[in-house]
Amino acid sequence: MNKPAVKIAVRGLSFYYGDHRALEDNTLDILAGQVTAFIGPSGCGKSTHLRCYNRMFDLYPGHRAEGEVLMDGVNLLDPAVPALTLRQRVGMIFQKPTPFPMSIADNVAYGLRLQGRISRTELADRIEAALRAAALWDEVADKLTEPGTALSGGQQQRLCIARAIAVEPEVLLMDEPCSALDPIATAKIEELIDQLRGRYTVVIVTHNMQQASRVSDQTAFMYLGRLIEVGPTDQLFQNPRRKETDEYITGRFG
Amino acid sequence: MSATPPAALAGAPPRSPRPYWQGDRLFRATTRAAACGLLGLALAMGLLLTLAARPSIDAFGWRFLISSAWNPVTAQFGALTAIVSTLLSTAIALAVALPVALGVALFLEEICPAPLRSPFAMAIELLAAIPSIVYGMWGLFVLAPLMADHVQPALQATAGRLPLVGRLVAGPPMGIGMLTAGLVLGLMILPFIASVSRDVLAMVPQALKESAYGMGATPWEVVRDVMLPYGRQGLFAAGILGLGRAIGETMAVTFVIGNAHRLSASLFAPGNSIASTLANEFTEADGDLYFAALIELGLILFVITFFILGALQLWLRRLERGQGGR
Repeated sequence: MNKPAVKIAVRGLSFYYGDHRALEDNTLDILAGQVTAFIGPSGCGKSTHLRCYNRMFDLYPGHRAEGEVLMDGVNLLDPAVPALTLRQRVGMIFQKPTPFPMSIADNVAYGLRLQGRISRTELADRIEAALRAAALWDEVADKLTEPGTALSGGQQQRLCIARAIAVEPEVLLMDEPCSALDPIATAKIEELIDQLRGRYTVVIVTHNMQQASRVSDQTAFMYLGRLIEVGPTDQLFQNPRRKETDEYITGRFG
Repeated sequence: MSATPPAALAGAPPRSPRPYWQGDRLFRATTRAAACGLLGLALAMGLLLTLAARPSIDAFGWRFLISSAWNPVTAQFGALTAIVSTLLSTAIALAVALPVALGVALFLEEICPAPLRSPFAMAIELLAAIPSIVYGMWGLFVLAPLMADHVQPALQATAGRLPLVGRLVAGPPMGIGMLTAGLVLGLMILPFIASVSRDVLAMVPQALKESAYGMGATPWEVVRDVMLPYGRQGLFAAGILGLGRAIGETMAVTFVIGNAHRLSASLFAPGNSIASTLANEFTEADGDLYFAALIELGLILFVITFFILGALQLWLRRLERGQGGR
């Protein structure tokens, strides 16, 4: 089997909230078409790390990143890379579902409409395709004009995934996407992540180690802003190289 | 909260219900009395106004509502001028205040650099605290001459040349009149609307805004597509608050509205709102009918306010249902 290409190469990434250093010299490769999971105790910098990939920190004064995050060889931390187009290539899913205050169809169409004019029929096709890809079509096909907020929590989260993949991004970032969901909804999202594998490069932050081991190909363990260990998921969970990783995954701390 | 399992209760010693029960009963009685008292007060107000307005109601009937006569000498009274002036000045005020207040709120919440935020917010609260008579005096001594010398002639030179629209700005540019009253009112209610709107916008979840930014939306697109729709009920309530204040405002309007019982198509013409009529004429109402007519004006204001606020409440509730509750 060929080794998959590197989609995002993180090199010496550090991050600061004002004077506080939240990430320290993170270096790893995110492989194209694979699912990469970030695990680690609360406050270790997983989400902060993830939010560098779409420059979400740009919104907040005093937040800054150092080092390089190279996507297809281009450093996306470079201010010359426009954040708006970057975010169309890198979609994001949040902890709590964030349906916009508009209809289900308009939610999915949102990113497409931002990108420019699009014909009615093409829009309808893309909405259906995205909802099918997010395994939501069968549940909402007859109520596309109803508000997205009327759906259940799990459906809302799949709506957000549909909204993100409607614009065909290259990378999908998921920041603890199941932490507000019940076990059944969680299982559906995990199944969905499995289906998205290959088509998209998925990076998921989770506090749930079982989830990481179920869905990911590669796992990164973070602690106190440092990347302690990165490796194939099976190897990292069954045969961790570092003592800290072993202690964390066996539940001795964190 | 969930019920305590019976097993836990079975072993526990029986707890004396008295202290809890008595306090609860007292609490219920006082809150109920307060609520009923307020309702009773509103009903009594309506009833007493109706009783006191009886002579006028008997004399003029429904004609009172559609007559623009106001002649104390011949004892002919009608409320049309006052009703139209009240609604028109309030409409002008809202038209001026709503967009500006929304802009102020959005600026404070989204664009303003953090260190400047609280000075700005404080300035707005201060504006809201200025007594209305100060706004009235400013309107009379500063705004009215400005309107007469510059704004009104300019409007007449431009919009005045158009058909139909021209009639709105016809007449001598005196400064005082409907337009000036509306502007002063608008300025008065602006800080209230801005302050409430800002609180509403602050309640939009950060994650919701971030997910719009995460789709590649610009700040304006986030405001338009996410923040305003999310907060529309609250923003609406902010508007209602402004409306409620504007419709019954007395002093500021009395200063600048011109106090003339005349209906005119022109916004430059003086008018006389219900509140300003009462303020001006209550002390000089010598005849019984004159007095009763003024009371009936008050009753009309009471009813208008009641119905406008009631209708807006209903609309708001429908909006809530339409959004499917979030």
